[in-house]
Amino acid sequence: MEAIDDLDLQLGMLREYYYSGKTRDASWRRSQLKGILSLLKEREDELFRALHQDLGKHPVEAYRDEIGCLIKSVNYALDCLSQWMSGRKAKLPRAALLTSAEIIPEPLGLVLIISSWNFPFGLSLEPLIGALAAGNVAVLKPSESAPASSSLLANLIPVYLDNKAVNVVEGGPDVGQQLLHKKWDKIFFTGSTKIGRAVMAAASENLTPVTLELGGKCPAVIDSLTRSLDREVAVQRVLGTKFSPCAGQACIAIDYVLVEEKFSPTLVELMKGMMKKMFGENPKESGSIARIVNKRHLQRLKSLLDDPLVKASIVHGGSMDEDSLYIEPTILLDPPTKAAIMVDEIFGPLLPIITLNKIEDSINFINSRPKPLAIYGFTNNESLKTRMISQTSSGSLTFNDAVIQYAADTLPFGGIGESGMGKYHGKFSFDTFSHQKAVLRRSFLIDFWFRFPPWNDYKLQLFRAMYGFNYLLLLLITLGLKRSK
Amino acid sequence: MGGEKEETSSKPAFDVGAASELVGKLRGAFASGKTRSYQWRESQLKGLLKMTEEHEQEIADALHSDLAKPELESYIYEAAMLKNSCRLALKELKRWMVPEKAKTSLTTFPSSAEIVPEPLGVVLIISAWNYPYLLSLDPVVGAIAAGNALVLKPSEIAPATSSLLAKLMGEYLDTSCIRVVEGAVPETTALLEQKWDKIFYTGNGKIGRIIMAAAAKHLTPVALELGGKSPVVVDSGIDLKVSCRRIIAGKWGCNNGQACISPDYVITTREHAPKVVDALKQELEKFYGKNPLESKDLSRIVNSNHFFRLSKLLDDDKVSGKVVHGGEKDQSKLRIAPTLLLDVPRDALIMQEEIFGPLLPILTVDKIEDSFDVINSGMKPLAAYLFTNNKKLREEFVMSVSAGGLVVNDTTVHLAILSLPFGGVGESGIGAYHGKFSFDAFSHKKAVVYRGFMGDAAIRYPPYTKMKLRLLKALITGNFFAIIRAIFGLSKD
Repeated sequence: MEAIDDLDLQLGMLREYYYSGKTRDASWRRSQLKGILSLLKEREDELFRALHQDLGKHPVEAYRDEIGCLIKSVNYALDCLSQWMSGRKAKLPRAALLTSAEIIPEPLGLVLIISSWNFPFGLSLEPLIGALAAGNVAVLKPSESAPASSSLLANLIPVYLDNKAVNVVEGGPDVGQQLLHKKWDKIFFTGSTKIGRAVMAAASENLTPVTLELGGKCPAVIDSLTRSLDREVAVQRVLGTKFSPCAGQACIAIDYVLVEEKFSPTLVELMKGMMKKMFGENPKESGSIARIVNKRHLQRLKSLLDDPLVKASIVHGGSMDEDSLYIEPTILLDPPTKAAIMVDEIFGPLLPIITLNKIEDSINFINSRPKPLAIYGFTNNESLKTRMISQTSSGSLTFNDAVIQYAADTLPFGGIGESGMGKYHGKFSFDTFSHQKAVLRRSFLIDFWFRFPPWNDYKLQLFRAMYGFNYLLLLLITLGLKRSK
Repeated sequence: MGGEKEETSSKPAFDVGAASELVGKLRGAFASGKTRSYQWRESQLKGLLKMTEEHEQEIADALHSDLAKPELESYIYEAAMLKNSCRLALKELKRWMVPEKAKTSLTTFPSSAEIVPEPLGVVLIISAWNYPYLLSLDPVVGAIAAGNALVLKPSEIAPATSSLLAKLMGEYLDTSCIRVVEGAVPETTALLEQKWDKIFYTGNGKIGRIIMAAAAKHLTPVALELGGKSPVVVDSGIDLKVSCRRIIAGKWGCNNGQACISPDYVITTREHAPKVVDALKQELEKFYGKNPLESKDLSRIVNSNHFFRLSKLLDDDKVSGKVVHGGEKDQSKLRIAPTLLLDVPRDALIMQEEIFGPLLPILTVDKIEDSFDVINSGMKPLAAYLFTNNKKLREEFVMSVSAGGLVVNDTTVHLAILSLPFGGVGESGIGAYHGKFSFDAFSHKKAVVYRGFMGDAAIRYPPYTKMKLRLLKALITGNFFAIIRAIFGLSKD
């Protein structure tokens, strides 16, 4: 662990390296991205081992959700880097003769990336890809709740990346606090809404811009699908994207389901069948479910089921093995909507199904709660889709699938309201760590002589014409062929 | 002048309760969907345009009352710019509102996706006193174009404009969705306690911090248009007359230096400095005559607080003897003449904070290239300017000086180019606006993905197997042969 007392010294050195201009070089940035790629490919086994140790993740899950995703993102950044760095020309009005205008991206400087424990590699390296592509120097603070992953990152990053530009600082909340009160050019935080508030408050001391990737309760609206193939696929996707990514401990995992009362018995039956297919008779032994990260979270999830009305609503699962930090994938039907399980973000393998009179009621249900990171709609009804798009608000909205938006390089990934601010992935990562600088170049020739005082009515007339981009009028006035009003 | 208005009527104070009620009403109006239609947005933008066109004289009069702003400046920098902003938004709005298609790839195949702009909801716009008309309504244009409901809080330090805005906006715009709250610290504090979907603030860094801290409680995103010390680097071998005119126009021609992007100080070589001073003196006299304190073409200092603040900068021991032009003051009229100071020490008061007034220090360096280090050693400013014919110097400036925006061979004009983002970096601000950037500043870009039920990859789901891992790897790298091998179980590992 870095000596936190030397923090100011450490940050000073990072800044000095940044001012040397080294990180602005396209070839340096490429070398860093390639370094991340090598790390991912050469140390795959160690990464899998750390994830298994911290979270009980199966290698396929680890690859699907973290390693593979990162490889895709780095390759995308390498392909696009030149284009991203080149900036673009801005349109000028015709009156702006002998002038050029462009928008040039430049790095922000020294950035802080604080990541979360549920996807410790994904949520550390995905922002880092953006920060390095954009030419910044960075401090990464991985989550102490995933200690094997945190220490692996601390060991591997100095080996694969330029350690004068990227530092890993390990530690818990007190280390996080110390870091937050330093001066950064950007803070990128992934974590809970509660800590997100504290991060932004600390950032305000230095007017540091922030990107906050937080959470919320992501609802899945399941319409009464008629075709059995559609039902099968929908249920597979819902259960697969709820219980499979880190046992539901994911910001974009489906938190709860909304379904029409009439359809709910069918849905529950289909789900029970699908659960067996995916996780077998004994899910604990399947090796396909991650663990709950630690005792504190297990207790938190356990207490969600303590409410007798909630417990009574369990229709599948419900068993736990506290010593192995295991909770069986659990489905609940209509727990009370005021219970904690329907108020707080679940972040675990418990799936409440709430029944409604009509499926359209789901829109009001969702809107009466804080804006989530994602909303999912499983439906073939085009009018319901249109209503969901225009009448609900969320970071993202996906139809007939879930979680998959995370893998799209061309879509902004981020929240709104309490689910966060700012976005990343693909070019959005590059942009979130850049300042888009406006640059205007003028010539000494050509000036509108009437730009300057002393003022008089004549000059005012000319300005009226010019601002109206009324070139003819401008000419006429100058030639003395038009009088003032 | 400035400060709180005495309420002689029985109008209750605008406190937290009143603020909460107001926000509740606006939320109800927003929830009705009213502000989302193209028709509504268009009608409000047209309203703003009409309002500005029909009351140009009243606007100029209010600006004259608040700032003694010359009529032409009121016209160019406030009315005309606002009208252009409205016209651009009206012209482009349909296009801005259209969702943007996003390419999808093998990892999410088959699917289609788009990025849909949606309004944030109910937003708060807090404006400044120096361009009280423009800096209130320009962000309002963006908020309306993006489909939001809003509250505007104009600056109490420009009271005539504040009350004119309240009156006119009440007449020309939809008051069920657009409201003006006048007042000072208590009213602003009451507003800041509420939950907004965005806060857009124009002003200084000290208040900017307070606003961001208040916003943090509700996780409200903010745009902060602040300021800084915008430097002007003046090289030799240039048309000094034209350069000085442009510097003067950007400094004293912009509300007498009380503008966020006014040239704050000049940097030039020791050798070249005398020529620069002479050229500036010459052009200053041409513009403002021999008695600039009497000139009608200069704004006054906004109030006595700022007058004393600026006087202190001149009274600083460290700058005694450095005044090479001007320095005259008239406290009764709140006027300070255009003042040049030469070779001011870096630790003088005048070099510690944004001047925001008619004083122009000139710093000297040995080589012109040294000026970039001087600039980069301070806080990142809102704007930086360079006058040069040297291409190499120009490109080094563009690459190495970090500021909100840069202009070569002119000052301040980038404000008028609506295709350029206008905003700061570091201490000079967060976020940008103007043109489409205003629309974006008040929008949420929502990712929408459409999938069908066909085409699912079982490899996504448990139970997990080695084969699935191989296939996933092959798919991610896009290696066609690896995919085939994996499907047929012919992989190497």
